[in-house]
Amino acid sequence: MSDGYTPEMLDLIKRVEASRPQRLAEARAGNDFPAMSLDQRQEVLNQFHPDYTTEGRRSLGIGPNQKEVLPEELVDLLESRSLIESVKPDLSKPDMETDVLVIGGGGAGTTAALTAIQAGCKVILATKLRQGDSNTVMAEGGIQAADQEPDSPYYHYLDVIGGGHFSNTHELVAALANDAPMIMEWLESLGVMFDKHPDGRMKVRHGGGTCRKRMHSSGDMTGAEIMRVLRDESRNHDDQIKILAFSPAIELLLDEEGNCAGAIVNNMETRTYLIIKAKTTIIATGGTGRLHYRGFACTNHYGATGDGIVMAYRAGAKLCFMDSVQYHPTGTAYPEQNVGLLVTEKVRGLGAQLLNIDGEQFVFPLEPRDVESSAIIRECLNLDKGITTPSGRPGVWLDSPMIDLLHGEGTVKRELPAKYIQFQRFGIDIAKVPMLVYPTLHYQNGGIWIDEHSRTNIPNLFAAGETSGGVHGRNRLMGNSLLDILVFGRRAGLAATKAVKNEVKQGTLSLDHVYHYGKTLVESGLDRGMKSPMILPNYAIDEVKNRRWDVQSPII
Amino acid sequence: MSNENKQVKHVTMVGDRTIPPKDARFISIYIMGQRYKVPETLTIVKAMEYAGYQFKRGCGCRGGICGACGTFYRVLGDHNIYTGLACQTVVQPDMILAQTPFFPPNRADHIGLLKSKLPPDEQIATLYPEIFRCVGCGTCTRTCPMGIDVMNYIAFFKRGDVLGGAKESFDCIMCGLCVVRCPANITQMKVGMAGRRIAATRLIPSSAVTRKRAEQVRAGRYEKMLSELGQMDKEKLKEIYVSREREPNLSQPGEWMPKDQSHL
Repeated sequence: MSDGYTPEMLDLIKRVEASRPQRLAEARAGNDFPAMSLDQRQEVLNQFHPDYTTEGRRSLGIGPNQKEVLPEELVDLLESRSLIESVKPDLSKPDMETDVLVIGGGGAGTTAALTAIQAGCKVILATKLRQGDSNTVMAEGGIQAADQEPDSPYYHYLDVIGGGHFSNTHELVAALANDAPMIMEWLESLGVMFDKHPDGRMKVRHGGGTCRKRMHSSGDMTGAEIMRVLRDESRNHDDQIKILAFSPAIELLLDEEGNCAGAIVNNMETRTYLIIKAKTTIIATGGTGRLHYRGFACTNHYGATGDGIVMAYRAGAKLCFMDSVQYHPTGTAYPEQNVGLLVTEKVRGLGAQLLNIDGEQFVFPLEPRDVESSAIIRECLNLDKGITTPSGRPGVWLDSPMIDLLHGEGTVKRELPAKYIQFQRFGIDIAKVPMLVYPTLHYQNGGIWIDEHSRTNIPNLFAAGETSGGVHGRNRLMGNSLLDILVFGRRAGLAATKAVKNEVKQGTLSLDHVYHYGKTLVESGLDRGMKSPMILPNYAIDEVKNRRWDVQSPII
Repeated sequence: MSNENKQVKHVTMVGDRTIPPKDARFISIYIMGQRYKVPETLTIVKAMEYAGYQFKRGCGCRGGICGACGTFYRVLGDHNIYTGLACQTVVQPDMILAQTPFFPPNRADHIGLLKSKLPPDEQIATLYPEIFRCVGCGTCTRTCPMGIDVMNYIAFFKRGDVLGGAKESFDCIMCGLCVVRCPANITQMKVGMAGRRIAATRLIPSSAVTRKRAEQVRAGRYEKMLSELGQMDKEKLKEIYVSREREPNLSQPGEWMPKDQSHL
């Protein structure tokens, strides 16, 4: 079954089929396409990795990270003005007051809320979409924790920091590795169904860059299982955790001494604003995949627009590693319905090769993710050997039929059931015809600067999860982001609780930092009339956009 | 690589925005009763965005795992009701769409769930007695976009096989489409949720090695080792990293041990 491809594409596939017997013979003989030398890797990275090139980046003109060269789409949001700047709301009568305000309802935010109520704190959790709508639910592969006999947090630490090219923040890596076994114990006690042996021992596998097997999983929906359990548990405590759904925070509140003191939240459905005064505030708003840096597709959730980063930055929070983004080499490029969706590394691990328009190999299939992505970009944009989809997207072939030929009929269906169905739905049998792939935005390595207690540089403001940076350095290993959100979500909850118990000082609520930021933008000539945070992506076509006369409104 | 090769080809890169091919065929669909022309081959989510909708509700991961975009539809001239996830279902001509962004499901209080003195099967029966009103019509199973035999997992719980029900319901993404259709007003997804948590805590053995390691962490066993790594210069750290022993792919649990056991 291959009627999902156009006749032109089927013609091109004939070239893939023509070169396959030779490639198969080579693969059986153990002759791989040669891997790059370290110098060759560096060259392709320098020229084609979006993080290394200057195109699509510019120097940030305002705030603590001024002069850093960052992706333009992010700089645009950071050099924008507040949605409520011109309103100057009266802050003297807050609509709600709480001990802990959690902004974001994914894995990190929900964990922070559950931790904070353990010590008797009152929590408000404000989230843009539903609780649980997050990248957490999309994490398929697993969660790392050094709980087996031949392993320890020491080796987990080494794997994390080596994977991050030794750029990671030591204290954060130590916290991540050391807390991991406790996190697994906690999740098990809440009723997460991990894959287990009959005696209760959790099943573990290797991941890219691990020296010990420590990848724990719940089928191929580990993140979804963890999230639905955390959400169920938080609903058991609805007397202590008040959930405000469809209510994104759009600005932080400070007091006159610069301590964080809550946030302004927007009910998207009634388009009303609420002033929430909080002794402590935790940002857990996730990453920025939906900013589509340089027009790349992404694997991220609909809500991944980096709102927390924007409002924290306006309040004076330092960011770190914001120039570093993980591009997954194999995102779907065709069919259009699946664009951006992840094609797991496992496909290449099982023997599928990357091929250009002539059906030729051009790169060793298991180079590090950043190198592999760069090689694909070079093949398409520089050497002009890519395939162009009917909608104009570039891509290269991922020759999945190699898998059944190498490992026996039925291997694709058995090892990649979800992927098989995802393509079969659109008339493409990936056991018989290749897939078309292109690098896709996957993960924000950087974020708000935090210390090992999830504290930002602003008193009483904490951050956890993908919105924070430092723990993964410039490259994250598989299975450490689910762990990250739980470890630092918990640590943020603990630190916020501690601050509440120590009776944080709180003065008068203020938005002066927002007004000052806007004034600075105008004075430095950076104001282009744009507003942020983005809140929701806008995928309307131009024809529709042109009919929207009130283009200033970020929400329809 | 020579310099004349450095010219980068310009291609359309527009993230998730839909780019219909030049010769795209357009079809009519009805979004909550209103007719729109959209290119064929789009998913419902992308077709609605093409038409000009910006989702607040009814859109989530866009990858078929979050359950935000459960949708009912009919096709003109066909009396049947169909279901699907809007991010995974391709539009067809004359499709009439209604998303179900929210539905009020009955959720029992799960607060005592993990500490109950009741046997697991009685726990489920006490929390959700309505499962015994199941009329066996199978609409839930036919409705499920994940292909779960929903009626079968409810039957497991009715029979008192909580572990069976937990396993059978595992792929649930909690979109709630079955709940909307159930004539007995059962909230299948919540029953499954409670069942899985009960099974995981009371019927599946807990992991002894995990508890032991967590205890060692709490006792501070690794703090000194980790802080030493933090003080090490980068070259030394790289040396240790490169020389670490790798556990074989095919080792059995608890079987392989490294030669250097000084940091376990």
